[in-house]
Amino acid sequence: MAKFKKHILVCGGSTCHSLQSHIAISNLKAILVEKNLEQEIQIIETACFGFCSSGPVILILPDNTYYKCTSPADARMIVEEHFISGKKAYDLMLAESQIDGLASNPKLLASPKKQIRIALRNCGNIDPENINDYILNGGYLALGKVLKERDPQQTIDIIKKSGLRGRGGGGFPTGLKWEITSKSQADQKYVVCNADEGDPGAFMDRSILEGDPHSVIEAMAICGYSIGASKGLVYIRAEYPLAITRLKIAIAQAREYGLLGDNILDKGFDFDIELRYGAGAFVCGEETALIHSMEGMRGEPTFKPPFPSVSGYLGKPTNVNNVETFASIPVIINKGAEWFASIGTEKSKGTKVFALAGKINNVGLIEVPMGITLREIIFEIGGGIQNGKKFKAVQTGGPSGGCLTEAHLDTPIDYDNLIAAGSMMGSGGMIVMDEDDCMVSVAKFYLDFTVEESCGKCTPCRIGNKRLYEILETITQGKGTMQDIDKLKNLSYVIKDASLCGLGQTSPNPVLSTLENFWEEYIEHVTVKKCRSSQCKAMMQYIIDAEQCVGCTACARNCPVNAITGERKLAHLINQDICIKCGACVEKCKFNAINVK
Amino acid sequence: MEMIKLTIDNKIVEVAKGTTVLKAARKAGIDIPTLCYFELGDMNIENKPGGCRVCVVQIEGRKNLAPACATEVAEGMIVDTHNIRVLNARRTVVELMISDHPYDCLICAKSGNCELQDIAHKFGIREIPYQGEKSTYRKDTSPSIIRDVDKCIMCRRCEMMCNEFQTVGALSAVNRGFNSVVAPAFEMNLEKSPCTYCGQCVSVCPTGALTEVDHTRNIITALADKTKTVIVQTAPAVRAALGEEFGMEAGTIVTGKMAAALRRLGFKYVFDTDFAADLTIMEEGTELLNRLGRSLNGDTSVKLPILTSCCPGWVNFFEHNFPEMLDIPSTAKSPQQMFGAIAKTYFADKIGVKRNDMIVVSIMPCIAKKYECQRDEFKVDGNPDVDYSLSTRELAQFIKQANIDFINLPEEDFDHPLGESTGASVIFGNTGGVIEAACRTAYEIHTGKKLDKVEFNELRGMEGIREATIDFDGLPINIGIAHGLGNARKLLDDVKAGKSKFHAIEIMACPGGCIGGGGQPYHHGDSSILKKRAAAIYREDVGKPIRKSHENPDIIKLYDEFLGKPCGEKSHHLLHTHYFDKSTEVFIEEQ
Repeated sequence: MAKFKKHILVCGGSTCHSLQSHIAISNLKAILVEKNLEQEIQIIETACFGFCSSGPVILILPDNTYYKCTSPADARMIVEEHFISGKKAYDLMLAESQIDGLASNPKLLASPKKQIRIALRNCGNIDPENINDYILNGGYLALGKVLKERDPQQTIDIIKKSGLRGRGGGGFPTGLKWEITSKSQADQKYVVCNADEGDPGAFMDRSILEGDPHSVIEAMAICGYSIGASKGLVYIRAEYPLAITRLKIAIAQAREYGLLGDNILDKGFDFDIELRYGAGAFVCGEETALIHSMEGMRGEPTFKPPFPSVSGYLGKPTNVNNVETFASIPVIINKGAEWFASIGTEKSKGTKVFALAGKINNVGLIEVPMGITLREIIFEIGGGIQNGKKFKAVQTGGPSGGCLTEAHLDTPIDYDNLIAAGSMMGSGGMIVMDEDDCMVSVAKFYLDFTVEESCGKCTPCRIGNKRLYEILETITQGKGTMQDIDKLKNLSYVIKDASLCGLGQTSPNPVLSTLENFWEEYIEHVTVKKCRSSQCKAMMQYIIDAEQCVGCTACARNCPVNAITGERKLAHLINQDICIKCGACVEKCKFNAINVK
Repeated sequence: MEMIKLTIDNKIVEVAKGTTVLKAARKAGIDIPTLCYFELGDMNIENKPGGCRVCVVQIEGRKNLAPACATEVAEGMIVDTHNIRVLNARRTVVELMISDHPYDCLICAKSGNCELQDIAHKFGIREIPYQGEKSTYRKDTSPSIIRDVDKCIMCRRCEMMCNEFQTVGALSAVNRGFNSVVAPAFEMNLEKSPCTYCGQCVSVCPTGALTEVDHTRNIITALADKTKTVIVQTAPAVRAALGEEFGMEAGTIVTGKMAAALRRLGFKYVFDTDFAADLTIMEEGTELLNRLGRSLNGDTSVKLPILTSCCPGWVNFFEHNFPEMLDIPSTAKSPQQMFGAIAKTYFADKIGVKRNDMIVVSIMPCIAKKYECQRDEFKVDGNPDVDYSLSTRELAQFIKQANIDFINLPEEDFDHPLGESTGASVIFGNTGGVIEAACRTAYEIHTGKKLDKVEFNELRGMEGIREATIDFDGLPINIGIAHGLGNARKLLDDVKAGKSKFHAIEIMACPGGCIGGGGQPYHHGDSSILKKRAAAIYREDVGKPIRKSHENPDIIKLYDEFLGKPCGEKSHHLLHTHYFDKSTEVFIEEQ
């Protein structure tokens, strides 16, 4: 970065990308050229800063100023005000409160507020396509250290001592997994990076691969050294083209620098990495399914044991870790197991990245120490609920997690507490719901996902989840009975108890946790046929208040199914048999005469 | 061997390390219901995907229930196979399966043989609490096999048979979740797949998802037509298994009862495919000796080994998978087709019936025979040499339908001349039998000496691949035998690589040979049934007065009166065939 005076870092993460950050880049470039500044100011596309709700976001270094840059006019204003006038383009700057809460600002590492960035340490701060940037930030130091100073077992001991647990959701102790694989005897072993991120709304792995691919490469090499593997494979979703491109660039650069390939750093250690592409099946995040998919077989789980650490890819011992797990490894080696273990709770060490989404003010990516409470995440970092509404629930752990309520807000988040509360860590999705959300519909929404994503191998998951969905559908249609609720319960327990893999064993969690925490909503749906959040249309009635109605006919004219009748200047009436509950009448009524009951 | 001690339902059980909980429980006399699990002991066939979840048990200390079929025992393990938690899970799983299954048991071809029906009965399921959408899929009818995937419970047994045992690769799971089905690649119909119609998928399917195409109706129609002369031939393996369908002990030979039943069903002549098997030996044995002789005399254009060609599943397999070696198999037609060719020429002339007025029906342990008899090269002006082929199961059904008291039926003989056969032809039903029969004849013709002992025990057995060297009076003949197409593929790969030492190889597509054919009564994974059928076949051989094909007097007469000499011009025309490259026929886009 030396030859440029200033740097504009443009977020190329998925949200900003879809908000057309690439156009922001060309806008900025054009104005820099126009102003003859292109030799002084460099534009770098980085990965996610975490301010997803304010994209496309840019960061100007070394000034540490964040702007939102949507239009050519914005770009012009930023260049003219910030670089030429030397002031700031205040109108476009991100709010201080937002930055305090969510920033990837390097300052925060030194003085942690709520966030500590370990896995995301470089995301948004370095040029992911430039290995020198990574090295300047301490990259490959850990690999060098391990190769020079530690034998494989000592390296494994560091990871074990750090208390790092799998960040993909399972929470299996990483060091132990490495140790088991290292003890399996075979002529060939494999290190696999699970980059098949599938939870809806989760994009932490993507952000790491897009923003800091070398951290994963370095960690895979360290793992390979520790377990005795010379081959690494990254199983990555084909829907992540930018991550794939950057990973490919990074691998090529690492090879060029002798950090991958034969005889790495002259220490007689050979290791190289290849990519394998997933086709977007959620179940392929399960390690046995992932391995089968890499082998060219149908992506479906098989019974364990044998565990992949004994018999995995092509029948060889295989260590599968998730992207975020790998990204934490170099930091642990550099800063020490004790440092890492000092963060977090007794059984869950370090930090966890969460993707905050739903009815929350600051939507985006955060990395927080284990043990933080949901309240701190939602109300401090996340800035509370949108539009001043009331918090109702938060779904953690993705589609197989559970809905937690107000009662859980002060529970310290770690693997074990979340499971005890009826949810799970999962890969770190966190979707916040407010008073307008119907919890039966929420459960149905998640079941819809698992029905779609079940591999179809085992009966409880293949047919059971479908039936669960259908029962929920019956209930939201206002046709449910108390027997349906009994069926929901029994079916959920059996699916959890008898399914083959983690997908089926957790898929009823949204149903069970909502039954547990929002029992009265279910009862209302089946007994008085009422949805208190007015989400279940079948149970709603649009009724015209005759007192308020002036007979303007606007509603009748806009009703798509001609369900509204009435004379001009007289109160109108909605025929409930015809009404499709689209809400067009409510929108058109200027007199607030139409109520939803 | 390391032994493991565990407790199952409060019983202490000791089993070898690596044993599954299911097998340990069975050893202790504890029955755990299974559905997707399937095993055919001596054939190395096992399906344990752990997918149906019917065999789940509770293992102390484990969070979830575990499938007994796929869980290995561990020291000190405490297993509970029938507590309320387990029973509820099992019952719910079966209720779920039935909730996505048609309720047409009354008219299902598998009714009475359906393992899902059995389990529903056993569990006393009287209502289905979880009603909902049923997965539906188009029916796929091929010349031999009907796929009615609505009845598929995703046990994946067919997939295992097709891919692992047969290495055919026609079937695998496609789609996801509730829409998962087992289907050929790209969801093509079976006809567009490399399916060989061996029928092993049908043999192992627990429900009515895979069944054979039923030809019974066509035969009833033909029998009712007074202008037609309907004759029937019965393959060797049928007589060793048909009795099972009537509750008789496996391995009971019912040749005489079968002949009597067929006559009562209205067949004008009841003949034996065994006759044609003897004829096959004459042709194939002669071909072997010709090729061998020329090769020994230094003729490098001759290819060895010669491969048997009686098995239509096997013929389909090499046409699909080894198109570059179509000149290696014997050109001799299968016994079914030799029979048809002789019946509609020699025999039709003898009784003065026109070809088109004769209907030839075959009773086969096989469903690939249904496809074979429809092949174009086995037709004369569109009229097939063999019109219809029934499986052993269909024949049993037909006999029941006609109210014939099979068990108490007095035994009768086959008609002449196409009913005369030798012990050599009977053993065609067992793996190794064809090559043994060929050796009996080829030895005597080649050496000019009489065999002291006609049994070649070195060619018998149930191992998937066997080899033996037979001494033809100083000339060692290397014989290879494979049953199961996966085993055949191994031998064929060696031939392709030029590494094969064999002079002749016998191949049968099905486990145990025709006795384990896709059209036989369902064995439900009981390999002792196959062994009993095999033993019965060898007993039948011993009981025959003539045990060498070339000594069959009606065969000798056939050559004298009609064919001339083995591999002669007339034989070449009627009894030999050629093969086609089918490797390019699969997966062609459907219209």
